[in-house]
Amino acid sequence: MESLQEWLYFFFYVVEKNEIMNKVNFKILPDELLLKNGKIIDPFIDKVYTGDIFIDKGRIGDPSKQTKKTKIIDCSGKIITHGFCDIHSHFREPGREDKETLETGSLAAMAGGFTRVCVMPNTHPPIDTPELIDFLSKKSKSYPVHVHPIGAVTKNQDGKNLTEMGLMKKQGAVAFSDDGLPIQDGKVMRMALEYIKPLDLPIINHAEDVCLRSDGLMHEGLVSTNLGLPGNPDFAESVMIHRDLELASFTGSKIHIPHVSAEKSVAQISKFKTQFKNVSSEVTPHHLYFNDEALSSFDTNFKVAPPIRTENDRLSLIEGLKSGVIDCIATDHAPHTLEEKETTFDLASCGMIGLESCFGAVYKVLVYQNKFKLLSLIKFLTINPRNVMGFDSNLFSYEKTAEIVILDERKKWKFTEDSIKSNSLNSPFIGEELIGRIEFTISKNQIYSRTKLDI
Amino acid sequence: MSLKNRHLFGLKDYPKKDIESILDLAFKFREVLDRPIKKVPSLNGLTVVNLFFENSTRTRISFELAQKRLSCDTVNFSASSSSLKKGESFKDTAQNIEAMKIDAVVIRHPSPGAPKTLSKFIKSIIINAGDGTHEHPTQAILDMMSLKEKFGFLKGLKIGIIGDILHSRVALSNIYGLKTMGAEITLCGPPNLIPEFLKDLGVNINYDVDEVIDWADALNVLRIQRERMGIGLVPSVREYRNFFGINQKRIEKHKKDIVIMHPGPINRGVEIDSAVADGQNAIILDQVLNGVASRMAILFLLCGGKK
Repeated sequence: MESLQEWLYFFFYVVEKNEIMNKVNFKILPDELLLKNGKIIDPFIDKVYTGDIFIDKGRIGDPSKQTKKTKIIDCSGKIITHGFCDIHSHFREPGREDKETLETGSLAAMAGGFTRVCVMPNTHPPIDTPELIDFLSKKSKSYPVHVHPIGAVTKNQDGKNLTEMGLMKKQGAVAFSDDGLPIQDGKVMRMALEYIKPLDLPIINHAEDVCLRSDGLMHEGLVSTNLGLPGNPDFAESVMIHRDLELASFTGSKIHIPHVSAEKSVAQISKFKTQFKNVSSEVTPHHLYFNDEALSSFDTNFKVAPPIRTENDRLSLIEGLKSGVIDCIATDHAPHTLEEKETTFDLASCGMIGLESCFGAVYKVLVYQNKFKLLSLIKFLTINPRNVMGFDSNLFSYEKTAEIVILDERKKWKFTEDSIKSNSLNSPFIGEELIGRIEFTISKNQIYSRTKLDI
Repeated sequence: MSLKNRHLFGLKDYPKKDIESILDLAFKFREVLDRPIKKVPSLNGLTVVNLFFENSTRTRISFELAQKRLSCDTVNFSASSSSLKKGESFKDTAQNIEAMKIDAVVIRHPSPGAPKTLSKFIKSIIINAGDGTHEHPTQAILDMMSLKEKFGFLKGLKIGIIGDILHSRVALSNIYGLKTMGAEITLCGPPNLIPEFLKDLGVNINYDVDEVIDWADALNVLRIQRERMGIGLVPSVREYRNFFGINQKRIEKHKKDIVIMHPGPINRGVEIDSAVADGQNAIILDQVLNGVASRMAILFLLCGGKK
């Protein structure tokens, strides 16, 4: 807890939401808690060791200071590591609380091992003023994860007029993006990148040339041809990435490329990264897990933007993580109602929820199938995204507010509807067998436990 | 005799044996259509709904006639007269109609995949009568029947498909069906309207229509929609006619009989001239009659088991 105000928010939250909290296995941390005998992975110091983590009133403490009152969670056989950080989520508040709220999104994040989430501004209204940033910052204070608003680059996401980015930063904006509505006008993108330079925050541009995308509904290729669905070619993305990287290298500003989906895009980023330090990029679990063959079922849960592409693209994204061209994993958690997905493919909304299936999916693809080290995977979910956003990433030193995840590395489990904490159920991972399961998440003096916890 | 799949969504990966069964039965029903009394009691007592979310004259009448010749009860639903305009969802419309106890649905819809989506909402047997730019399997069956009627075989036949392949469900279903039956296919039309990916399905692409006429035993000439003219896809009618239009002069130059097909409706003077469409090598009206027989065969094979 960082301040009295935060404590008060939290207090009222607990009183009001006690019932919900119990139902979904959320509890307030005991004063002293020992995470005993786990395999500790600290990505900040690049070390894996067996040991204990002591949490004293919500902060990391010295294990030797435990007392008789100290509650214990036996972590033998489990991994203890930094709480995950998702830099690309949609919590839909304000405007579409039927899909997700800051609260339900936070609960979903906790269940997925995330303790820190950056939320995109494409709400109703879009987050394009310092007042709206302030609303999000204040409202999310009482919820169990740290929620950071991303502000819009242009007013009403119109792609024309810059927002008050300076004032928005003062209220807590951590980055700027017109997500969902890519900035098409190159001059506006240049202005935004130049303007943001002294703020030292990244601009995140959903990289897509909307003219090249046209009415495309899925990746343009043999599968789209077979299905008769209009295609969205890979170069609609890579062309825009090229433009954005040219501009950012000219202005020297920070740029972050979200949800990279194509081999051509990896190549573009790779080329620029050798000469230019301020570029970073992310990939989603679903682009790592699925290829466009999955769309043959016309299942609208596979409809996402950018589209899921070919097996070759998928393999190049994995390679991109391996080589460091892609910095981190971000979920692009995009909740939609059943009504918006239960329709024909052309009319269905784009996006899938992703927070709760993330770890099981990426562990399966990267560690189980592609022999990544667990430590590398943990970095893609912790220090790497934190570095992109400029967050503190030294989480296990004493006095730090505890942000911890405890997971069962090799556990095979089925992702099912009834476990979902999000307000929405739009996920093609439902029914999939995933590997690696979140057991506990600790954040902001609260603990999520997958099963009933007696402490 | 029954088919492997319960529904007819498309001809991709459709079993060859089942296409043969449909064609064999279609020829038998074709004989029925030549009798003075053209009705058989095969599907007496079954109810089929023709669910048309997109305009159609030929296909809808063809299905309706096929159903009537088989003695089943039919109900027609078209989007313009429906509650869809009042904002009712696709799912609600489908479930409401099924709640009235029906056995099969013939669906036409502008969205690719709509028949498959429909199958998640209702339990009836579903027949795709054209879903956007995806498939039109009954058209391909009647095209194959017409070719078989003309040539006696399909294996090794050389078929040229001319026109806007990218937006054509007829082309896609023809490709799948004809490839399964062992025919050879060459696609021809403006390059921006032919997806290169189709080469992976084992078809040829040739942008020179005269070469294709020289090569082919039959041409399937697709309708070029006038609304696609002049919006960046096809520069003008004149340009299209000049490079891809099927006219008498072009046909005569090749000094051979070449069978002319067209799925209709024809844009006379655009993709095909009247002289060719009405000429002795055209089997366009045979296609229409075979459409009824083919759809009778499909309905019988899919729904007959229900009786």
